[in-house]
Amino acid sequence: MQNLLEILSQIPDPEIPVINIVELGIVREAKMVSENEVEIIITPTYSACPAMFNIEEDIIKLFKEKGIHAKVISRIAPIWTTDWITDEAREKLRVYGITPPEKGNHEDHLNVPKKCPRCGSQNTKQISRFGSTLCKASYQCNDCLEPFDYFKCH
Amino acid sequence: MNPLFNYTLKLADDTLIFGQRLGELCGQGPYLEEDIALTNIALDYLGQSNNFYKYAAQLQDLGKTEDDLAFLRLEIEYLNCQLSEIPNGDYANTILKVYLFSVYQKILYAELMKSSDEQLSGIAEKSLKEVKYHYTHTSTWIKMFAGGTEESKSRVKNAVENLWEYTGGMFAETPGEEDLAKLDIVPNGKEIQELWTRTIAEDFQNFGIEIPESDFMQKGSRTGYHTEYFGFILCELQFMQKTYPNCAW
Repeated sequence: MQNLLEILSQIPDPEIPVINIVELGIVREAKMVSENEVEIIITPTYSACPAMFNIEEDIIKLFKEKGIHAKVISRIAPIWTTDWITDEAREKLRVYGITPPEKGNHEDHLNVPKKCPRCGSQNTKQISRFGSTLCKASYQCNDCLEPFDYFKCH
Repeated sequence: MNPLFNYTLKLADDTLIFGQRLGELCGQGPYLEEDIALTNIALDYLGQSNNFYKYAAQLQDLGKTEDDLAFLRLEIEYLNCQLSEIPNGDYANTILKVYLFSVYQKILYAELMKSSDEQLSGIAEKSLKEVKYHYTHTSTWIKMFAGGTEESKSRVKNAVENLWEYTGGMFAETPGEEDLAKLDIVPNGKEIQELWTRTIAEDFQNFGIEIPESDFMQKGSRTGYHTEYFGFILCELQFMQKTYPNCAW
């Protein structure tokens, strides 16, 4: 049996398909409970993250193809934080055009300057605290003028 | 009925109705970014209510789901505060309503996080991060309105006068709540109210807004008594399930 986390890494996040659900930090535990049954514990990013339903379906479908029944349990605590996003995933976000979240700094992150994911300039401005998904805010670069998303520190 | 069920239900109903109200502004916001902000906040509320309803259904143990509780109860069975029902009104009124509720939620969840009940403490901790963000957003706007033009100043003043008498209802307790507080399962409602009053006084001073002199408060929140607006919200909210029972996506 292939490592369970390796298998789960094949599932992309439905809203940001360049990163997978393991490197996003939402898979908390994965274990074989019998020869043909796995138990996967996932945690939501935001209370209302609509991708959770798709992720659960994707997990069940992926294991079904391998003849394994997957039981997916959603657990809230300990609560998800952007600190659980791996360094590789942060770089993938940046290349994709989303400025990754800072580490650790949760309360005050809106006051930290955001770097443009295209040209690297620090000379950027906030357009809106909210964005196209719950996890993002909207920014624009004052140098290259490109608008971009910032993955909010959470 | 089980006191913990009642308490969980009031948290679920508050966030459901606040979410439903704000959701009305989808596609109708004053400009694109603010439209997105309001619907993001509405979505956070719906997520929180979903978590509370799930737990309430589990406590109730009658084989019902979170959807049954959200969509299939009668008006008198909803325990939300009346503030959540008030129409959005103009933009100052909408933002002030969310601001007043955010201060309440911020204090409530920070205390509920310490609950000996793992489900409630988990949902509270998760939701707290979200409501802090709502607080930052709405308090920034209120400060801007209060320090803005004559028009914006008078709009925010009217909003305070319009909403103030409904704020007391947020702190109305559900049957058995006091006993739960004694057992440290839920926070003490009186302490939450004191903290809220103090925070609002500090913020209002900072904004340059007067707190209304009258201490008259509307009664009936969390007892099944609702404002005249509530029936219309339920009508829209429950329409699909009443017309096509058990319909699913």
